[in-house]
Amino acid sequence: MHPNLHALLVFLQTWWVELVSGVVIVAVVPLIAGYLVLMERKLMADMQARLGPMRVGPHGLLQPIADAVKLLIKEDIIPDNADKLVFWLAPVVSMTAALTAMGAIAFGPTFQVARDINVGLLFVIGVSSLGLFGIVLGGWASNSHYSIMGALRSTAQLVSYETAAGLALVSGLLLAGTLNIRAIVDAQQHLGVWFVFLAPVAFFIYVVASIAETNRAPFDLPEAESELVAGYMTEYSGFRWALYFLGEYANMIVVGAVAATLFLGGWLRPFPNVRWMNWLDALPALSTAAVGVYCVWRAGKQPARVQTWFMWGVALACFAGALILGVPLLMAPLKFLVPGLHGAFWFLLKISAYIYLFMWLRFTLPRYRFDQLMHLGWYILIPLAIVNVLAVGVAMILETEYGWNRWLAMIATTIITLAAALFLMRLNDKREAAASSAAPPPEEASTEDSYAG
Amino acid sequence: MLDKAIFFFFAGVAILSAGLMVTRRNAIHSAVFLITTLLATAGIFLQLRAEFIFIAQIILYVGGIMVLFIFVIMLVRLDVALHQIQFSRQKWVALFVTLALAAEVGVMLWSSRKVPGQGFLLPNAVPAAKLLPNTEELAGRLFDGYLLPFEIASVLLLVAMVGAVVMAKKRT
Amino acid sequence: MMPIGYYLFLSMALFLIGAIGVITRRNVIVVLMSIELILNAVNINLVAFSRVFGDVAGQVFALFIIADAAAEAAVGLGIIIAFFRNRETVLEDEMDLLKW
Repeated sequence: MHPNLHALLVFLQTWWVELVSGVVIVAVVPLIAGYLVLMERKLMADMQARLGPMRVGPHGLLQPIADAVKLLIKEDIIPDNADKLVFWLAPVVSMTAALTAMGAIAFGPTFQVARDINVGLLFVIGVSSLGLFGIVLGGWASNSHYSIMGALRSTAQLVSYETAAGLALVSGLLLAGTLNIRAIVDAQQHLGVWFVFLAPVAFFIYVVASIAETNRAPFDLPEAESELVAGYMTEYSGFRWALYFLGEYANMIVVGAVAATLFLGGWLRPFPNVRWMNWLDALPALSTAAVGVYCVWRAGKQPARVQTWFMWGVALACFAGALILGVPLLMAPLKFLVPGLHGAFWFLLKISAYIYLFMWLRFTLPRYRFDQLMHLGWYILIPLAIVNVLAVGVAMILETEYGWNRWLAMIATTIITLAAALFLMRLNDKREAAASSAAPPPEEASTEDSYAG
Repeated sequence: MLDKAIFFFFAGVAILSAGLMVTRRNAIHSAVFLITTLLATAGIFLQLRAEFIFIAQIILYVGGIMVLFIFVIMLVRLDVALHQIQFSRQKWVALFVTLALAAEVGVMLWSSRKVPGQGFLLPNAVPAAKLLPNTEELAGRLFDGYLLPFEIASVLLLVAMVGAVVMAKKRT
Repeated sequence: MMPIGYYLFLSMALFLIGAIGVITRRNVIVVLMSIELILNAVNINLVAFSRVFGDVAGQVFALFIIADAAAEAAVGLGIIIAFFRNRETVLEDEMDLLKW
């Protein structure tokens, strides 16, 4: 056999799992991002006491497909004098950065494209931060002032909050002792507790910083419609805009995965080492079966026949999922499947909870003004993250060198960090009070009514 | 075989993008090609099993320095510079001198390849299985033997930050 | 890993392309970018030798070079911005007066 052909076959034989995982990620993530958009619209509708998309498909479930088809058949508009190479390149960079970052994430103990990479977590953060080239190049290439301003503001915001997010992750990494993703989760299993309980301030800082990282509300000034039309996405229409949007939702999945890995225990169930909590292992199958039972109960109450069939279909899918999750627990020869399946279930559940939190914050909080945003990032989050790194380091030294109880050390240093946070907020209030008192007092209300006839 | 394919891919991309970067008229295009060169160089680092340098290159060089370059290129008005002559008057002399240097180094490398007694007396590379975890080893050396240069580098970065801010500020 | 000569050849090629860029281009920003390319070529050289000898000191040096390149790029770009604000040009032949 030709030696190159033989080498190719050996390559495929050694690396087929990673290749298939990579193909699955690239094929499935855009679809999942589309359904995340639908989920956001339905949740927004629910919190605003309305129904959301209901027309396309049963309960609006084919809405992402309709949106995708519409975006694909739209006319491809390129502005006059736009730089064609860079205009084409920018959305591609944005989407590629998000998808490549998913390569190092472990969705469970078995599904990981880049296994055993020594700097796993840093790879995810570093590559996902390359997405800001998509923003800044896209804004520049559009040759329009809304785009440039939105791009510059968005980039400034991303760079500031990246620093805060990185420092918050450093606190978690101090506890883990390694950057390897599998080793981080193993450290949490070894310690028997998720790192969020040992370093809650770091988790909070990371949540806030990652909301700003992904340009989500309340930090979405660069793409707010009333401010800058659509910021850097103004001149993009059709499929290019879809790529940007999918890149943003894929970025949300990436930051959720990083938080789940480092702080929320990755693919471990709650209380991973406690033996009398082993009944929690049955929770995935039971909860999926419970959703199936709920669908069966609602199926009888649907107004139209196609909706009844749809509910029965969803119920059958849920029961199939419950069987897949439950049967390996009970049958001994299939027990090797349990860590992979259940790990993936818990991991996806944690990411979903994190994304649900993002969406909840979007529907609830008003938008930050840009200077308030930058002030929050540089004056409050970064100093707090640095103090937190010091605090976690001190706690670890107290535990190892001076023999303190781990929980006592961590709680003491968390209290010190919260005291530092209160101090920073008081400084902020004083600064705001000084700024507003320096402004001239408002003039007397004039008696002239400018709208009077 | 896989090693060869990876090396030639990254090396080809690096040299091609570097050549394109030096010859583009539009400075933003040059910046984009420098980004691809830096990413290809990061790939070479990864192939050499220097994982921390790989990710440091991506985060610091591509994610930091190139963003700075692109911001400055946007601040500086390009349209005037776009229509000027791009290469200075000494380009032929420069090209000749550089190619002479290239020829010298190339001859040296090529001749040392064939004669075992002279040239590079390098041992074979340490087999990959015996390499220690890269980040831990790098951190050990950095904070153990090279702590003073590390602190000096942080002071240098502080000075550079302050200097850049002072120089770029508008005089009000 | 490939035989060391390949990495040295790549490093030399990038160094020379960067040198050509520094000497021949008129746009000062492209000159700065070529300097970054030269520093990268040196990094490849250092990391390749560090891999051959199994000694991580080469990578430590490469890390310091990356930090140094960041500082130098920041200061250099600050100078360019300050100069552009005064003279409205980025071409190196037009930056020929020390004071005016």
